Amino acid sequence: MTAAAAPRRASVHVGVGRALGTLLTLAALAHPARAQDTVPPVEQGVRIGITYTPGQRPGLLVLGGLRAAALDSIRAILERDLDFSDRFEMISLPAGEGLTLGMVGSAGEPAPADPPATGSPAPFVNYPLYAALGAEFAVAVDPGADSNWAAVSLYDVRGAGERERARVLLRDPADPEFRLDVHRVADRLVQAATGEPGIAASGLLFLVRDRVYRIDPDRAGFAPVTPEGVSAFSPTWDPRGQRIVYSELAEGWGRIVVHDLRTGARSVVPPTTRYLNYTPVVSPAGRTLAYTRSDDEGTDIYTYNYAANCCLERLTVGRFSDNLSPTFSPDGRQVAFVSTRAGLPQIYVMAVDGTRQELFAPFDYGVTGSSFAPEWSPDGTRITFHRDVQGSPQVFIMDVRSRVVRQLTSAGRNEDATWAPDGRHLAFVSDRTGTRQIWVIDIETGRIRQLTTVGGASLPAWSPRFTQPTPP
Amino acid sequence: MKLKFALTLGVAVIVTAAAAACGGPPPPPPQPAVDSAAIRDSIARARADSIARARAREDSIRRARERDEAMRRAREDSVARATTAAVRAMLQARVNFDFDRSNIRPGDARVLDQKLAILQANPNLRIQITGHCDERGSDEYNMALGNRRALAARAYLTDRGIAADRIGTRSMGERQPLAAGSNETAWAQNRRDEFEITAGGDRLVRPGGM
Repeated sequence: MTAAAAPRRASVHVGVGRALGTLLTLAALAHPARAQDTVPPVEQGVRIGITYTPGQRPGLLVLGGLRAAALDSIRAILERDLDFSDRFEMISLPAGEGLTLGMVGSAGEPAPADPPATGSPAPFVNYPLYAALGAEFAVAVDPGADSNWAAVSLYDVRGAGERERARVLLRDPADPEFRLDVHRVADRLVQAATGEPGIAASGLLFLVRDRVYRIDPDRAGFAPVTPEGVSAFSPTWDPRGQRIVYSELAEGWGRIVVHDLRTGARSVVPPTTRYLNYTPVVSPAGRTLAYTRSDDEGTDIYTYNYAANCCLERLTVGRFSDNLSPTFSPDGRQVAFVSTRAGLPQIYVMAVDGTRQELFAPFDYGVTGSSFAPEWSPDGTRITFHRDVQGSPQVFIMDVRSRVVRQLTSAGRNEDATWAPDGRHLAFVSDRTGTRQIWVIDIETGRIRQLTTVGGASLPAWSPRFTQPTPP
Repeated sequence: MKLKFALTLGVAVIVTAAAAACGGPPPPPPQPAVDSAAIRDSIARARADSIARARAREDSIRRARERDEAMRRAREDSVARATTAAVRAMLQARVNFDFDRSNIRPGDARVLDQKLAILQANPNLRIQITGHCDERGSDEYNMALGNRRALAARAYLTDRGIAADRIGTRSMGERQPLAAGSNETAWAQNRRDEFEITAGGDRLVRPGGM
């Protein structure tokens, strides 16, 4: 976002052909900051002048600017996205206020010194009102008249001024990419307010009855991905979010398939046409696949340079133990995995060439339950896995540096956690309501919400962020 | 009258004797007074009847023999089918496992010993072992555990002389539970190896002593 200084004024105009107007999004600090972390200014013209306190949830308010259906849709999507970011406390305006933003020049407000170029009536940000409600931020979305690019402005309510402005892609509501555009706007708002981008512009894969499905973090966009009749297993994303990789099971064997979401093209990874190959994971550079193979010799981890179509390597030689479920560290230098070498399955780590294998998540022999399904966090500081606790799997995270393990869940059976791209949310499978569903937990606040309602869901995989195209 | 007949006979004898003495052709024998075509037809019919009766007898005998053979074969097939079914049942008897284990339990070793004898008695027989798990543990880990369970049963058989290429293995993990439910009764049934015939199972021989 680019810095701008236009206190007490928000530009707005109504798109002639798109019937879009301006949204104002207000955020408020619901609780006084106790130990505030001031986010430093960001390079390349982005200036974040607000403060954000991890662990606190500032209040946030989304207002409708004009009575346009598209705006209501944008507002609804933004409300959910910002709520599900778990960084704000959503606030409702007094009745009627949500749809009656005061216009520039209306009672009590000074006329702007520099009217909007479009000539459209511009709402003013009612700083006193929103400050009275405890608002911290105000955001205006200006869709623009003739293009797919909109302007997003962040206002500092307490400072009574526009703090940041950015151009964002916001296509027509009829466009299939419209929702994703709004999600990206939400992520920009989260970044503007907290210094960290949100997770709205991402997606999750999961299995239902052997078929891979996809869903957005706001529960929209639920749809099958793999063809009907294909028995899929252990889906995952490539680092760019453009392809997915999964195991295709048939007659007791499993082959690794790379599925391009843009074209629908599917290709089989050559060394995986025999035996049972599963739990594929793509290296952060996007060139190497690591996966598990179960064959006549047991279960071990292999890597294959998919980009160069060569160089199959076996990283583990289990003989009397199983080694499976690899996960790359974000720098691509290490692989965490499950091994039964000490008896019960536990979490180990090794260099990407298979050397320096060692125990990763500590356990007490004969006391600690089995541990499964590790996944390295996007920032590399933590891993998540699930571990049996008194007969039920529960989701854990471990700090990589200190190797301190923390249990996150306790209700029902909770397993197969996957990191959101922000590194503070996890999706996991839980049967706490009676059927296996995908749930999302914010590990900072502990807030948990149900993502799916389909039943029988398993093996979720959270995508990276779907980044925004570069503005023209 | 008698005299006339005697004279005639005498003349005939003399003529005959003279003719014989002179070497001339004998007179044609007297023709019987019957229809020769009818006789031939009669003979032909008699022959045909005789052949038909003979064929009927042969057919009857053959049918009887065929009935006997069919009954014998049916009895043998019935026995063979029963034997094959019994051997198949023994071969398909499941092996179960303790939670998160893949070692063969003593009771299940006896089950595998039966399969060992069957494989030895039927050298063309090939099988596939599929390992299964209960719902506990991760979906992905259970794929590995199922594979380990299948390999454990195969190792038991190959260690006792069965060629490894006669036994395929695979894992279904927890994807095909035998019993529904989240309790130990269901879990115990679901932790198993299943055995399928992949070739040479049409007619199985019962091993000696079974």
